[in-house]
Amino acid sequence: MSGPDETPKAGSEETHGSQAPQGPVPPAAPPDPDENLPARLGEERLAEPVVRTGLFGVQGTPDTSGYGLLRVHRAPVLASPRPYGSYFDDVADELGRALESAGIGFSDAIERVVADRGELTFYVRRERLPEVAAKFRDDPALRFELCTGVSGVHYPDDSGRELHAVYHLLSITHNRRVRLEVTTPDADRHIPSLVGVYPANNWHERETWDLFGIIFDGHPGLTRIQMPDDWKGHPQRKDYPLGGIPVEYRGAKIPAPDERRHYS
Amino acid sequence: MTQTPHAAAGAGDAEAAEGRVYTVSGEDWDEVVSAAIQSDDFEAGERIVINMGPQHPSTHGVLRLILTLEGETVVEVRPAIGYLHTGIEKNMEYRTWTQGVTFCTRADYLMPIFNESAYCFAVERLLGIEDKIPERAQIIRVLMMELNRITSHLGGIAPMGLELGATTIYTQGARLRERGLDLLELITGLRMNHAFIRPGGVAQDLPPGALEAIRAFLDTAPRLVRDLRTLIDANPIFIGRNKGIAYLDLAGCMALGVTGPMLRSTGLPWDLRKSQPYCGYETYDFDVPVVDTCDAYGRYLVRMDEITQSLRIVRQCVDRLAERGSPGPDQDPVMIRDAKIGWPARLSLGPDGLGPSPEHIKHIMGQSMEALIHHFKLVTEGFRVPAGQAYAAIESPRGELGAHVVSDGGTRPYRVHLRDPSFNHLQTVAAVCEGGQVADLIPAIASIDPVMGGVDR
Repeated sequence: MSGPDETPKAGSEETHGSQAPQGPVPPAAPPDPDENLPARLGEERLAEPVVRTGLFGVQGTPDTSGYGLLRVHRAPVLASPRPYGSYFDDVADELGRALESAGIGFSDAIERVVADRGELTFYVRRERLPEVAAKFRDDPALRFELCTGVSGVHYPDDSGRELHAVYHLLSITHNRRVRLEVTTPDADRHIPSLVGVYPANNWHERETWDLFGIIFDGHPGLTRIQMPDDWKGHPQRKDYPLGGIPVEYRGAKIPAPDERRHYS
Repeated sequence: MTQTPHAAAGAGDAEAAEGRVYTVSGEDWDEVVSAAIQSDDFEAGERIVINMGPQHPSTHGVLRLILTLEGETVVEVRPAIGYLHTGIEKNMEYRTWTQGVTFCTRADYLMPIFNESAYCFAVERLLGIEDKIPERAQIIRVLMMELNRITSHLGGIAPMGLELGATTIYTQGARLRERGLDLLELITGLRMNHAFIRPGGVAQDLPPGALEAIRAFLDTAPRLVRDLRTLIDANPIFIGRNKGIAYLDLAGCMALGVTGPMLRSTGLPWDLRKSQPYCGYETYDFDVPVVDTCDAYGRYLVRMDEITQSLRIVRQCVDRLAERGSPGPDQDPVMIRDAKIGWPARLSLGPDGLGPSPEHIKHIMGQSMEALIHHFKLVTEGFRVPAGQAYAAIESPRGELGAHVVSDGGTRPYRVHLRDPSFNHLQTVAAVCEGGQVADLIPAIASIDPVMGGVDR
């Protein structure tokens, strides 16, 4: 139901004919001795932390199927190999060149690159974020004029990188999109603000601070925006309960949504 | 008007503000001004801080504006939002992928179909089924989106007239809008909060008679649009109140992340339906209206022209659907033919409301135990979505509406974030209103067209 290697789509940036189902075909390369082996070995997957056990995620019910012993590991951290396909290689090359000219090494600023499902993600080291974003905005070959805001994601089990801030950039000049992702540990949840580069991020960063507790250093007025000023806690974090009360209907009690049986 | 020396205001919040606090209850502005002038601490050129909203009728819902005025001039305006924050994004993390549609449709209540679509496109990209959506479902999606665009634009333009004191603009606009809402109701059963677009397709096919109803709408709508334009376009009062108001040029739009009609009023023909087509928009024939006045009047013109373009697209959708005829059972489906994702039930309207069709009930209850198990699992547990993240952006009536959806491989979204254009565009209020007259604030905000359901989510 889900092709793992879906052809990246380039929006209307179509350079090839619409008929031929071309994948990201790499140019003729010398035969690789490991080409018949899986991309990632099983040990690598087994070394990852367990995300869930059992089939249904419910505890305390008699399980006769044997699935109760199932252990599902988290997918290993991905880094896509070159070529990324579509316009993605172009963007990565131009970014490398732009950073180089500013005296920053590509791997000093970018932790890894993921091209997945037709979208390109740069994992930016957080101390380099403003410089990288400024390059994305100003470099004529990149020219990502619009930042469509920041969205937070909380991964409580991802130790050392619990909070992620995800930025989506849009280039009107080249009709391209990229995603920047920055991670920060929960214990030191600081990320440099991008308001200086993209003023539109002002409210978006306030919202992410409000809902996740990520502190954007250098923001002109980092105050709550959705929740009341005196609210305690950051509601979108995974450790913040949804709340709710059980509802009784015709004698049956239906628990609050976050206490119902779930399967993931 | 009541006047309270602040020290006596009680509740121990004496440091909350300085000076005198006046409570304005309507039609008493002269009294407030004369009282302020006569008070001991009045100096010429004094600034007054006014709290407008969150219950002011012309602030488009529960928007609160904190104004600093110098006479009639707005020196500073700060929007305060969050009065309609309902935790939609958080709630979606506790429901299945399909149930999520029911929540996100309530975000921006003037464009429910677009909220659903953005979310579903992101889920479909995560599932890798973007190119497996049946053609018929895509046509119905486009049809619904364009009908919704018409009602949404009219929901912005008609109250704009009302706020300027012109009741006729409102009634004329609402007359056309109601026809559009009637169609949405005919097709989905509801005027808003449709939950009609689902991951994999749409909830159900068009009901019998829908195409005829839409054709009747297409026959009357252009005349109603023309009536409305005859009333407004060259109206000296409307022009006087809107021309040159809320000026924001291209550079300002770029810096503030502005998209949609506000961006197209600066002369840049940026429309995601053209530049990054989805749902087969590249196969429809339509134009992107553009003006270069950068003001409230220009945004009105863009919206009006877009209504006409939307009618064009709706007509093409109807023609395509009519060409396909009325399909028999299991022909020309409106839901993906993947039994692990597509909802198994053909919904039908019975005497007790909308529910699984009698044939489907008969099949799962009387013929196939496996089908019953499958139905039960898919409805209660839902389908799983491979881990990863996706961002799907569509051209909503207000601009770029994006859905950032993260999956951890489970049956529920790990995180859903709606990048709502209204939220982003409200940031421009300070840029377009400061230095202007307080009366211009109303058309300025109406031209931004924020909907608080989307702003606060």
